[in-house]
Amino acid sequence: MSTQYNVLGTRPIRHDGADKVTGRAIYGADFHLAGMLHGFVLRSPHAHARIKRIDTSKAAQYPGVKAIVTADDFPQTPDRIVDLGEGPTPLSYARGNVLAKGKVLYQGHAVAGIAAINAHVAEEAAKLIEVEYEPLPCVLTAPDAMKDGAPILHEDLKTTELGEKTDRVSNVSTHFRHVLGNSDERFAKGDLRVFEGEFDTATVHQGYIEPHAATVLWNNDGRVLVWCSTQGAFVVRDVTAVLLDVPVQQVRVTPTEIGGGFGGKIPVYLEPVAALLSKKTGRPVKLLMSRRDVFEGSGPTPGSHIKVKIGVTPEGRIEAAQASLAYEAGAYPGAMVGPGTMCIFAAYDIPNVTIDGYDVVVNKPSTAAYRAPGATNAAFAAETIVDEIAETLGLDPIELRLKNASKEGTRRADGPKFRRIGCIEVLEAMKASAHYNAPLAGPNRGRGIAIGFWFNAGLPSSVNISVTNDGSVNLVEGSTDIGGTRTSIAMQAAEVLGIPVERVNPTVVDTDSVGFTHVTGGSRTTFATGYAAYEAAQDVMRQMKERAAKLMETDAASVTADKGVFTANGKSLTFAEIAAKLDATGGPITGRGAVNPKSAGGSFSGAIADVEVDPETGRTQILRFTSIQDAGKAIHPSYVEGQMQGGSVQGIGWALNEEYYMSDQGRMMNSSLLDYRMPTALDLPMIETIIVEVANPLHPFGVRGVGEANIVPPPAAVANAIYHAKGVRMRRLPMKPSAVMEAIGM
Amino acid sequence: MQNKVQVHTTINGEEVDFLCEPRQSLLECLRDNLNQTGTKEGCNDGNCGACTVNLDGRIVTSCLVLGVEAEGRQITTIEGIAKGNQLHPLQRAFLEEAALQCGICTPGFIVAAKALLDHEPNPSEDRIRWWLANNLCRCTGYDKIIRAVQKAAAVLQEAKA
Repeated sequence: MSTQYNVLGTRPIRHDGADKVTGRAIYGADFHLAGMLHGFVLRSPHAHARIKRIDTSKAAQYPGVKAIVTADDFPQTPDRIVDLGEGPTPLSYARGNVLAKGKVLYQGHAVAGIAAINAHVAEEAAKLIEVEYEPLPCVLTAPDAMKDGAPILHEDLKTTELGEKTDRVSNVSTHFRHVLGNSDERFAKGDLRVFEGEFDTATVHQGYIEPHAATVLWNNDGRVLVWCSTQGAFVVRDVTAVLLDVPVQQVRVTPTEIGGGFGGKIPVYLEPVAALLSKKTGRPVKLLMSRRDVFEGSGPTPGSHIKVKIGVTPEGRIEAAQASLAYEAGAYPGAMVGPGTMCIFAAYDIPNVTIDGYDVVVNKPSTAAYRAPGATNAAFAAETIVDEIAETLGLDPIELRLKNASKEGTRRADGPKFRRIGCIEVLEAMKASAHYNAPLAGPNRGRGIAIGFWFNAGLPSSVNISVTNDGSVNLVEGSTDIGGTRTSIAMQAAEVLGIPVERVNPTVVDTDSVGFTHVTGGSRTTFATGYAAYEAAQDVMRQMKERAAKLMETDAASVTADKGVFTANGKSLTFAEIAAKLDATGGPITGRGAVNPKSAGGSFSGAIADVEVDPETGRTQILRFTSIQDAGKAIHPSYVEGQMQGGSVQGIGWALNEEYYMSDQGRMMNSSLLDYRMPTALDLPMIETIIVEVANPLHPFGVRGVGEANIVPPPAAVANAIYHAKGVRMRRLPMKPSAVMEAIGM
Repeated sequence: MQNKVQVHTTINGEEVDFLCEPRQSLLECLRDNLNQTGTKEGCNDGNCGACTVNLDGRIVTSCLVLGVEAEGRQITTIEGIAKGNQLHPLQRAFLEEAALQCGICTPGFIVAAKALLDHEPNPSEDRIRWWLANNLCRCTGYDKIIRAVQKAAAVLQEAKA
């Protein structure tokens, strides 16, 4: 039986809504300070080159130019390992990606920053900076970068092989392995039907519509004040402090509204450069990326090469599986191959599994997270093979998956045992869906399905709630709101407090004003910051009961509260009545919530795609699409649906159109939104959604984050649909018209 | 320093004079010279639609119009869609239908959709998709945006009846 809620599950208007439909909301580029200078970042035209010399003297003379910085303007502190929120990394790499030192490692790599009276002047002056490059051979894909004799990006990068640091200098930063049972032995028995394939996926970009933007004032009191569009103000604070070698306390980050991120606005690019320019000029400096800068200079998500081998009994029981995943990290180590290996077979209870992961540097931009980072590439490979198994064995593809589905107690190859999860429930919902049961007729049409997993993140979040004397509350949080989380967090507080969500004023504040809160990423905000709001609201309720007890002349333990009414001894008082008497009963009430969940429970998502392939052009049209996802508890169902629809469409773009089209010299040939083809309204049907609710035992309301898992199955579902339409197995993303034409032999 | 040109134009019903460099786009003039930052920049080359404004009754991407071309013209931006404190039915529908997530593309979508509904009070889904195909949204998958435009169309029709 589901719990009855007053606020959860309703669809209120978001608190920041009016500002966002009238143009009043202030995003990164909208921020303005008096006396502000505007900057430009000079970027490398080469994919791989040694920087022999940088001469800024002519540019510095250009009228209107106020300052120029290069990597030499960073404090010259010795290299060390730092943890900037995404695992340990050498400080030299973190600084190197912000401003290149010694070598440029990708076209678009930042080389120098200029501050001037306006952005046009800064851009003109940049042309006068003389950079002497010694071009080097470049390497652009993981398989090429792993070959002996491949051009080496980092002379100091030695491979970590199965946990051991080796002396081997190569582009493979790490090779690791997850093992469960003994897959080699199981395959060797020879009684399994074996299915295998090799897959490639292109580099794709998160494609947020707002380019990166940052304004920094290195104030006269020594404080570094940052206003920027970021998924994580505290991460920007900490990274900026480390890169500039100043105490964390000296940096304050105020997050502006953010125009999309999807993982791509976690890394720090502009803030340290603007800070150095501000330090030199004594004035605030604003830096904006152009769209081209976004493509060429910010982190896309890895291209990959994946091998999958699955062994199944004639009845359709998967007994053994192996995979090898080589992901392109871009210029610096840290491809999302770890998550890829953790997710690739997560939907299945398989006794014998071996998974190898390779983190490989190549001459492309340093990659960043993108919505369930690493999992989509992996699911494209695994779920295509699973579809082949179903077809060959004559099984319904959902039945085959149900036969092997992960459930509570299933152990993943990377170690953890699942708690209560909704894999089976998602598959059952797919099977029962109107879409799956509707006929699909006509030539060149096919239906495909796939399922995907993302484990979601926990991590620290903080919330403070203060009670106002009119019975409303102010809620202060550190999670930037990218898709309505002010409201989904406020709703959880309102539920506990027994007041309407309109009586909660949520505000996202700067890093001076609330406790540490990790990024809006990992599907964690409604889960973890919502959890903190729950805790803060509980703290408020405890105090409100004490005040009620005082007013009703009883003890707090005998006060009960329901829907904002506090009752004891047959007397009752409303939340507002108690709030009006705070001064008389002991003063203000402030509640605090601080949480650090170590895990988040994970979410499964399924996709059903109907396509029609044009045999004349190879173009694939999506006729109908349904996204199914376990939300645990859908706090605001419209926003859950919105996440599912948005993730599905990004997955469709990834499947059909999107790629970094690179020249042999490592130049991105399509760095505009005309040529990097993201789906438009005209390319799509309505996206149907089915929300499944299998309560998450790790959250007081059962919430599972829903931001990510929905992007995982679409490319595989579309690939399977293309197969059922045209009889060709697509092994490479994107499945663009020319690739489909080639596959069908036209 | 480039010489500046004086431009006389009408923005959201108010006559405005501003100075701009001949190379400045209308988008830049609105945002930087006039501090009307509701119009957004997503690409600066006409491909994302975030900077859509209405120029003499036609929607244009303001990044592809020069500021000096505003001389003598009538411009409506997102700041001119609501009537005082009264949100336009499109704005209300965008909120009620959850048609925005991050909201950066929303001003462009609302200005473009209003131009559609001004001339075609009852557009089909296909027509709405065609009309809005120059406006990119990366968050929503468009579903809820299309529904919001349909809802606003119905509300406006009802108000007329």
